[in-house]
Amino acid sequence: MNVVLITIISLGALGSLSAIILFFVAQKFKVFEDPRIDQVEEVLPAANCGGCGFPGCRAFAEALVKADDISDLNCPVGGADTMSAAAGILGKEVTAAAPMVAVLRCNGTCDNRPKTSNYDGASSCTIASTLYGGETGCSFGCFGLGECVDACDFDAMYMDEKTGLPVIIEDNCVSCGACVTACPKDIIELRKKGPKSRRIYVSCVNKDKGAPAKKACSAACIGCGKCVKTCPFDAITLENNLAYIDYEKCKLCRKCVDVCPTNAITELNFPPKKPKVEKAETAE
Amino acid sequence: MLKTFSLGGVHPEENKFSAGKKIEVLPVPEQVSVPIAQHIGAPSEPVVKKGDEVMVGQLIAKSTGFVSANIHSPVSGKVFKIDDVLDASGYKRKAIIIKVEGDEWDESINRSDDLITDITLSPEEIIKRVGEAGIVGLGGATFPAHVKLSVPPGKKCDILILNAVECEPYLTADHQLMMEKGEEIMVGTQILMKALNVDKAVIGIENNKPDAIAHMSQLATKYSGITIEPLKVQYPQGGEKQLIDACTKRQVPSGKLPIEVGAVVQNVGTTYAVYEAVQKNKPLFERVVTVTGKSVSKPSNFMARVGTPVSQLVDAAGGLPEDTGKVIGGGPMMGKALSNIEVPITKGSSGILIMPEKIATRKPVENCIRCGKCVSVCPMGLSPYLLMTVSDKSVWDRAEEEKIMDCIECGSCSFTCPANRPLLDYIRLGKGKVGQIMRSRTK
Amino acid sequence: MNTLTVSPSPHVHSGDSVKKNMYGVIIALLPALAASLYYFGLGALIVSLAAVISCVLFEWAIQKFLLKTNPAIMDGSAALTGLLLAFNLPTNIPIWIIIIGSLVAIGIGKMSFGGLGNNIFNPALVGRVFLLISFPVQMTSWPEHGKNLTSYLDATTGATPLSIMKEGLANGESVSSLMDKIPSVSELFFGYTGGSAGEVAAAALLVGLIFMLLRKIITWHIPVAVIGTIVIFTGLLHLSNPEVYAGPLFHVLTGGVMLGAIFMATDYVSSPMSNKGMIVYGIGIGLITVIIRVFGAYPEGVSFAILIMNGFVPLIDKYIKPKRFGEVIKAGKK
Repeated sequence: MNVVLITIISLGALGSLSAIILFFVAQKFKVFEDPRIDQVEEVLPAANCGGCGFPGCRAFAEALVKADDISDLNCPVGGADTMSAAAGILGKEVTAAAPMVAVLRCNGTCDNRPKTSNYDGASSCTIASTLYGGETGCSFGCFGLGECVDACDFDAMYMDEKTGLPVIIEDNCVSCGACVTACPKDIIELRKKGPKSRRIYVSCVNKDKGAPAKKACSAACIGCGKCVKTCPFDAITLENNLAYIDYEKCKLCRKCVDVCPTNAITELNFPPKKPKVEKAETAE
Repeated sequence: MLKTFSLGGVHPEENKFSAGKKIEVLPVPEQVSVPIAQHIGAPSEPVVKKGDEVMVGQLIAKSTGFVSANIHSPVSGKVFKIDDVLDASGYKRKAIIIKVEGDEWDESINRSDDLITDITLSPEEIIKRVGEAGIVGLGGATFPAHVKLSVPPGKKCDILILNAVECEPYLTADHQLMMEKGEEIMVGTQILMKALNVDKAVIGIENNKPDAIAHMSQLATKYSGITIEPLKVQYPQGGEKQLIDACTKRQVPSGKLPIEVGAVVQNVGTTYAVYEAVQKNKPLFERVVTVTGKSVSKPSNFMARVGTPVSQLVDAAGGLPEDTGKVIGGGPMMGKALSNIEVPITKGSSGILIMPEKIATRKPVENCIRCGKCVSVCPMGLSPYLLMTVSDKSVWDRAEEEKIMDCIECGSCSFTCPANRPLLDYIRLGKGKVGQIMRSRTK
Repeated sequence: MNTLTVSPSPHVHSGDSVKKNMYGVIIALLPALAASLYYFGLGALIVSLAAVISCVLFEWAIQKFLLKTNPAIMDGSAALTGLLLAFNLPTNIPIWIIIIGSLVAIGIGKMSFGGLGNNIFNPALVGRVFLLISFPVQMTSWPEHGKNLTSYLDATTGATPLSIMKEGLANGESVSSLMDKIPSVSELFFGYTGGSAGEVAAAALLVGLIFMLLRKIITWHIPVAVIGTIVIFTGLLHLSNPEVYAGPLFHVLTGGVMLGAIFMATDYVSSPMSNKGMIVYGIGIGLITVIIRVFGAYPEGVSFAILIMNGFVPLIDKYIKPKRFGEVIKAGKK
């Protein structure tokens, strides 16, 4: 009995002593933090994806609390709802940013782009791209080793076995931009999601002249400039033999899609048009 | 006991099939494409334009900085175009394409075979001539030779080391050059010694070339200050730092150049080019290229003009074998696999190696079993397994701490790894990234 | 023209493989296995087979059904773990205990960390120590050598030299009188003694060591460091008081020192990467072994010593780096 008593007393004393020390230490090293940071962090998605440009949600919450004008700051994952919730806590104004989505600007499927060599190194796009231009004649296009898929934290990408290209599941895509950073060839771009997710973009990044580009890939932009002339809104520019559609100016009229001789311009989520349907890469 | 370098090293199968094959002069091709970036440093600037007539040895692209090199026309004919073409790097790069007409040499080039032993130029003139002739390191690194010869102020060079190691398996270009042009190399060495103002030169030759050691030793008796150092066969002995260590027991500190320990290293091929530039006024536009491989019917050493398509060399060696899986520009350890054999050879092409499909493909990657073999073979004393992991996980500050920049990319780690892990692939990636970070920091 | 293959350099490989190394170690263990069969007969056969088969089966089942990966049992690593586990067991141990040991070795010691290459501790030793703590009676009754060639569970048992020494010293007997009760040095060297299945014949284990060194499967650093440390440490103790502390030869030739130093401590996965690190690791194992044997409660301490040092391997790898090229010179000349 005595033993039990001694044990209880000594351990109890030890415990209380530790608690007291801990209490004072905690007081001494207490760091003052704006309580609103915690509140804001609470409404953020906690994905820690870095899509906002800050290392994690907490850092973004701190930035939101600190900034006077938060209209430049945006959480692409949470979107307008999250931002207005955060703005509500802080009593600041927020302008809703247009939702964005990642698009793959390469349509060099196995059929369109014949292989000229076999890559046999480490399975990493970055390593392959420092080595050479890739397995096909096109030294700009997708390597198909899936570094973007690995970078995606939201299950919004997968590799299509048949085409050898990654596919973006737009419902899952939160436009955090991880894939954009991961791609060594700068193929993936964040574009405005568009009304009813409808959008048009040039699905090619090949800067070669027409003939070699076409030889390397049948779906390549050959820089013919027909789309530039056709576009009624001056939304298309041609640089280095490559057309680019400015999504801010594009009114989705689809005239460029019709004139493109190589089907390099992709339209997404439009209702079928007449009998002649463009063979578009569907990213559903 | 033969000398060798102190840390690590491997011994791949030597497979020197083309050893002892006389250097054949390859016919001038119908068209050459001369890339303007054939060396380490700034790409050269073309000084000819479409339609210009050029002669052999005429300057066609000039150096654009101290670390850069002139490029001379390897053929005579008309400039067809200046355009982006696929070169051995696997990317499209700017090149001067010349349609060949006849073989008219610039008159200032002395085309006789006579040996000229008298060195009339002063050290400064030699370095200038070497620079003008566009000579770069012919061992494969293609570092402009005049830069190495210009000893920076405050540093002193006391020994010249000639790299005749040829530690890469298969390749025999330097070996054969020594056998046929030994005298010229000796004079070239004297020229380099004069330029560097040193009285001591060592020619390091691996022990698997006894005939070259005997031949060069016999020639060396006629020239003062030149000694031959037979070395134990060990890869990567041809690495600059390893060779200095092997010959002199001096170790170049991390991140420093060989001049730090008073040594300058030149390849024997470069030395021969220096001889030709200084004594014969012939710029660098042709070189010895080994074409070899396990199933190549006629492994050979060719004297080929820069810009000649690889395919022409392959045809001259008996054509591409049926079972070809990989064509490598350079040796099997550090060479670059070509995606296309129409690419031109450049100043740095020491060999064309054709590998059968069977041995060309890598085996599946397995888990690291932490056997430590990569650590024990690394000639720089690094931990390749760790560098691979930190590069894969993008932990760049740790990679820098672990001295990733010391890696000489010899490939001994990947060569040895029992789990077939692509160690060097990732380390090279990390080196690129860490190099960028370090450069941006100094800016 | 065929499509060419493109890959980064190097384009050749030494031909070394995980499989070759694993089977190399298994071959190196064969002399000791033969010795074990010669001394313990049927029991050794049953224990070895049971351990190898159950380890391989557990590895296969875990990879197939739990991890849902392609089973890679042909790489020989599971068979090797099984054989090493068997070598660390007495030859009269029931099969069900072996199966439990195999499950712990493969399941907890190896697969729970992520499989080959990721385990911190030597799997065979994890299994063995688990059994030693769970079944102390069965794990410490050692069949007598040479007398039980056709018996298994019913083998006659006797004490090992280490336990004779430990108990004798505890009862106040002197080392010199105890040395008469245990086999002579040459008998110990060739294995005429009781003990675990594979640890008795130092000569056979040394043959395995020479084979592995010649095939460059392991380097000399760990075995030399372990045995050297034990020799020096016990030698010093012996010199200080020969009647209380047994000599170095006794310590090196008895128990699991040879097996541990040559085969268990040199396990690739759980040992350090650099040569310098290996020496530190070996010295640590030697010191802890002697401390447990001489001052601890257990007569034998090799397995514990190796497991403890396994835990230090990440630290050793972090702080003890291989000698870098160019480091020496900076301090020296120039």
